[in-house]
Amino acid sequence: MKEAVAGTLESGDIMIKIGPGEGLDIELQSSVAAQFGRQIKAVITETLEGLGIKDAHVEAVDKGALDCTIRARVTAAAVRATGKDVWKD
Amino acid sequence: MMFVPGNNPGMMADAHIYGPDSIMLDLEDSVTMAEKDAARLLVYNALKSIDYGTTEMVVRINPLNTPYGKKDVEAVVKAGVDVIRMPKTETADEVKELEAEILKVETEIGRVGETQIMAAIESALGVVNAYAIATASKRMMGIALGAEDYSANLKTNRTPGGAELLLAREQIVVAARAAGIACFDTVYSNLDDMETFRKEVELIKTLGFDGKSIINPRQIEVVNEVFTPTEKEITKARAVVAAIKEAQAKGSGVIAVNGKMVDRPVVLRAERTIALAVAAGVISEEEML
Repeated sequence: MKEAVAGTLESGDIMIKIGPGEGLDIELQSSVAAQFGRQIKAVITETLEGLGIKDAHVEAVDKGALDCTIRARVTAAAVRATGKDVWKD
Repeated sequence: MMFVPGNNPGMMADAHIYGPDSIMLDLEDSVTMAEKDAARLLVYNALKSIDYGTTEMVVRINPLNTPYGKKDVEAVVKAGVDVIRMPKTETADEVKELEAEILKVETEIGRVGETQIMAAIESALGVVNAYAIATASKRMMGIALGAEDYSANLKTNRTPGGAELLLAREQIVVAARAAGIACFDTVYSNLDDMETFRKEVELIKTLGFDGKSIINPRQIEVVNEVFTPTEKEITKARAVVAAIKEAQAKGSGVIAVNGKMVDRPVVLRAERTIALAVAAGVISEEEML
């Protein structure tokens, strides 16, 4: 795995930086961390596990992203980091 | 049909709140090559998760002859999109190629026949082949004009009056009507000139288009105002429909309303007026029963 980034810092988005690590280690910055921090980390973990990634260091800067946006950005970063696409062609 | 860039999650989450009839999430021109992979995942996840209610969901994919097109088809069909919009369609063969790709993915997920196609016509060759494109697939629900690429291809520019688009617009409406499908006009990009936008919407309604593509929620109201029948038109249409029902009940084919003979084209126009009024929410379907 190499280091890769997906997402932006625009409102409604989340920027995900992913790189090599031991276990899943997630650093989260979010203005809604107090209310939703646990939920955001759960979505990141679930998405990475769904892709078979058990070891990674993740830095996330959340700007109020919906769960579906978090899933999309985590997947995009993971695909860029591993080179394994989720689509066939 | 409101265009929304496929790599902007904030806009994608809010677009349906403004009440467009359909939303077109774009994976093509509004997304840079470096972000095609990320936009495809955003659109896939948004379609799977966001409740867009009754809004028709369209995704404009990249052409199949690019490295992105087939992956776009796989993603949006798996996400359950209503309509795939083909960009820069020039021949019926391109439609058949897309149809085969859609079928491949639908077969894999056991959802055969659910995905419709809309073809954007954006070149002189596309305009010449409009009817062949419109009839190339049972999935074809409509054809649309893409005027920016079309005027560049014609070696001209877009003007406020739209003289350069007249033939293409008429050809697309005629092809769509001959094929029995819908037709949609191109976008108008100058948000500061609502007066010219309104004139353009009035023009394309007169030409026979079913709707207009828009790029901003501010444009929705104007399109709805132009396309919604007036109270006078609705009253007249109701009188025609009521009279024809009465005549049919009596076994008579010819009727008169307010002293004027009413024949089949008048009835068809009246029915379309009522359908538009129902679609615009001005009258309810129950009222028409």
